[in-house]
Amino acid sequence: MSTINEKQLNGSLAKSDFKSTFKGFVRKYGIVLILLGLFVLMSVLSPAFLKTRNLLNVVRQISVIGLIGLGSTCIIITGGTDLSSGSIIALAAVIAASLAQRAGWEAAMYPALAGKLPLIVPILAGLLVGVLCGFLNGWTVAKFRIPPFIVTLGMMTIARGFALLYSDGRPVSSLTDAYNFIGQGEVLGIPFPIIVLAVMAVVTHIMLSNTKFGRYIYAIGGNEQAAKISGLNVGKILILVYTYAGLLAGLAGIVLSSRISSGQPGLGQGYELDAIASAIIGGTSFTGGVGTVWGTIVGALIIGILNNGLDLLNVSAYWQQIVKGLIIVVAIIIDERKNK
Amino acid sequence: MEAEYILMMDNITKTFPGVKALDNVKLHVRKGTVHALMGENGAGKSTLMKILIGIYNPDGGTITFKGQKVDIHDTNTALNLGISMIHQELSPIPHMTVAENIFLGREPLNKFGLVDKKKMNADAVKLFEKLGIKIDPRMLMKDLTVAQTQMVEIAKAISYNSSLIIMDEPTSAITEKEVEHLFEIIHGLRAEGVSIIYITHKMDEVFKISDDITVFRDGQHIATVPANTIDKNGLISMMVGRELTQIFPKEEAEIGDVILSVKNLSREGKFRDVSFELRRGEILGFAGLMGAGRTEVMESIFGIAGYDSGEIYINGKKVDIKTPRDAIKHGMAFLTEDRKRTGIMAVLSVRDNITIASMDKFKKGLFLNKKEINATCNEEKSRLSIKTPNLDQLIKFLSGGNQQKVLISRWLLTTPDILILDEPTRGIDVGAKSEIHRLMCGLAKEGKAVIMISSEMPEILGMSDRVIVMHEGRITGEFSRSEADQEKIMQCATGNHNQQ
Ligand SMILES: Nc1ncnc2c1ncn2[C@@H]1O[C@H](COP(=O)(O)OP(=O)(O)OP(=O)(O)O)[C@@H](O)[C@H]1O
Ligand SMILES: [Mg+2]
Repeated sequence: MSTINEKQLNGSLAKSDFKSTFKGFVRKYGIVLILLGLFVLMSVLSPAFLKTRNLLNVVRQISVIGLIGLGSTCIIITGGTDLSSGSIIALAAVIAASLAQRAGWEAAMYPALAGKLPLIVPILAGLLVGVLCGFLNGWTVAKFRIPPFIVTLGMMTIARGFALLYSDGRPVSSLTDAYNFIGQGEVLGIPFPIIVLAVMAVVTHIMLSNTKFGRYIYAIGGNEQAAKISGLNVGKILILVYTYAGLLAGLAGIVLSSRISSGQPGLGQGYELDAIASAIIGGTSFTGGVGTVWGTIVGALIIGILNNGLDLLNVSAYWQQIVKGLIIVVAIIIDERKNK
Repeated sequence: MEAEYILMMDNITKTFPGVKALDNVKLHVRKGTVHALMGENGAGKSTLMKILIGIYNPDGGTITFKGQKVDIHDTNTALNLGISMIHQELSPIPHMTVAENIFLGREPLNKFGLVDKKKMNADAVKLFEKLGIKIDPRMLMKDLTVAQTQMVEIAKAISYNSSLIIMDEPTSAITEKEVEHLFEIIHGLRAEGVSIIYITHKMDEVFKISDDITVFRDGQHIATVPANTIDKNGLISMMVGRELTQIFPKEEAEIGDVILSVKNLSREGKFRDVSFELRRGEILGFAGLMGAGRTEVMESIFGIAGYDSGEIYINGKKVDIKTPRDAIKHGMAFLTEDRKRTGIMAVLSVRDNITIASMDKFKKGLFLNKKEINATCNEEKSRLSIKTPNLDQLIKFLSGGNQQKVLISRWLLTTPDILILDEPTRGIDVGAKSEIHRLMCGLAKEGKAVIMISSEMPEILGMSDRVIVMHEGRITGEFSRSEADQEKIMQCATGNHNQQ
């Protein structure tokens, strides 16, 4: 049993105002501060880091994680999880790529079609694959009330299996220039994938904060029971959310296969975890009801800079994983404390 | 002089972002007394108690317990000192048994170091016997009613054998009979020398149970007086800082056509053969004891739970309501009794919580009209005097009573024709309570119909045009406003009525 320290008492009133403003600031922008700190640290440690080429590379790399991160954010806000996004990337990638192969490529999956289809066909096909997988996720969650963790775990293996089946386990390569532009092209010096991510981020942000649907997403995560009683069609909203996340994963599959000019059935492995990590680092709460697009983008940037910076510093891939894991746990600890 | 006080909290200050919850307040509690802590919603009562139990750290101030200065930085410290608390917001662990909940963190162990379930259940039975509570300790918490959950929390707080027990609105979820029961328990504890800090918004309780009264207003200490030196009106004006003219501002509205008619509604194990009619302009009170089935009937009508047989008619047309969505489309609104479980979306803002059931109102094309949302929310905020620093505040940071007001706004914004209110003024202070009662009368005057479930006799008698009483899942009495009185209602509620 200790007595209250006198000095602490006298000082506490004046200090508390400053302390609480400071705390409020850190609470609100803590994650941005971490990003800035990391940025400065990497620039000091590695001279190559600040080069424009390298920075653009970082952003290009996070575009895929960012895209599925947006979907994961929506899902996690409802109180769910999505483990299938990485596999959906692969399935969308192989299917889209198979419809975008160059004319005259003798190993093309559909030699008769190769080079003849307009760009819109592979794009629509990739998106459709994503939408379908996402819809199935959502429908199963809503209809059978099975925890999303399990449903999307199932989809993770199923989609990966289909990707392998469809491509016969081989990369689908030799893609048209038009298709390759999506992942490799630039508009006004800005890599195209970044533009795609930026557009989808803005769309998702507006959807979440400025539409009825978006507010419903938060409400379901905030208290599903209360949401139902307030007249929300919870099942339908969940299906739409998972479908939207599927769409984004399909898009990510197109971007990724286009960037490496090849649709490979092994693509996106483990990406779902980076996407979830981005969301969580960015302040999305696993208990639902909380999360923002900007947080997730910052989270993805942190992961991207970490990956890139550690590469530049020649840190072994093994250590990279350890550092990344630590960062995620620390971010969640900060998040927990914030909620207290 | 000091020895007489078991607890002295002095100069306590606590600030939350944007809110000064406590400003240099004091609370002195004499040994072996019941000390009532009174004040409007958001006055800072719960905050002070959370400081005492170690959930919040104060920004400044001292706590002296049993003559010793103490530093209570967590709940364990408080429990070890001999302070326990019944929280305003119940937080049971739903999938554990009653006994496991009570002995959480101090489970009796057997000789192998494993939890001794037998002893734990036996201890719980002993505790319940002593307190006269009839609940099987092996039941899961999730299967209890709110009132039973409340009784378990009460028993839990007492089971620590503390010398100071804090009760933050312990009667908000229980009915008159259990309140009597609780008071007996409190009298017993006081006789053993235990001190009790008692928080409530129910005036008659205060005078029945307390020795001293402390009043807070807007985070400030207003007065501490012996209970027998003050009357109800004096206390109310101390709390609200002005005279309050009428507690039940009942205005009779013109009673119109039948809007809702329920015929022989039954749900296995919950209620049987429930029939009643509700007319426009009417406030229909539902009285009864805990577990009488009132809430369950309303849940079936509103589509939250199904029913086995019976029919529901709205405006003379038979309706088939399967989900709350259907019910809302038919012009119904349902303010549930369990604020935390089925009401608030804790981590969402006050704004979202107000508008979530009426989003369609605010649609502008694909998007939401934020300006209008803010304007409406601000209107609601002042209409119901919701105390919050801004609309972005998360609802979980509002005081209990203010959360309730937000939920009432949520439903009013759906402009319902039939408003079902389950314990609408639970945890709401006197001023706001009469405000809500006035609102109810206003709605009735507009030709809407109100069903009000209440376990508070004065509220039932003061507000209802007609009273239906339920007992064990059946309707056992119906009285017009002029017929109804406390005795008749209690007789029907306890099942001791003569069938007439
Ligand atoms: N964790 C918190 N963060 C921010 N504000 C808070 C927090 N807890 C309480 N407050 C604010 O402090 C004030 C006092 O709240 P408190 O819960 O102590 O009121 P109360 O007197 O218990 O009211 P009620 O009768 O409604 O339960 C309120 O304005 C409330 O919104
Ligand atoms: Mg309170």
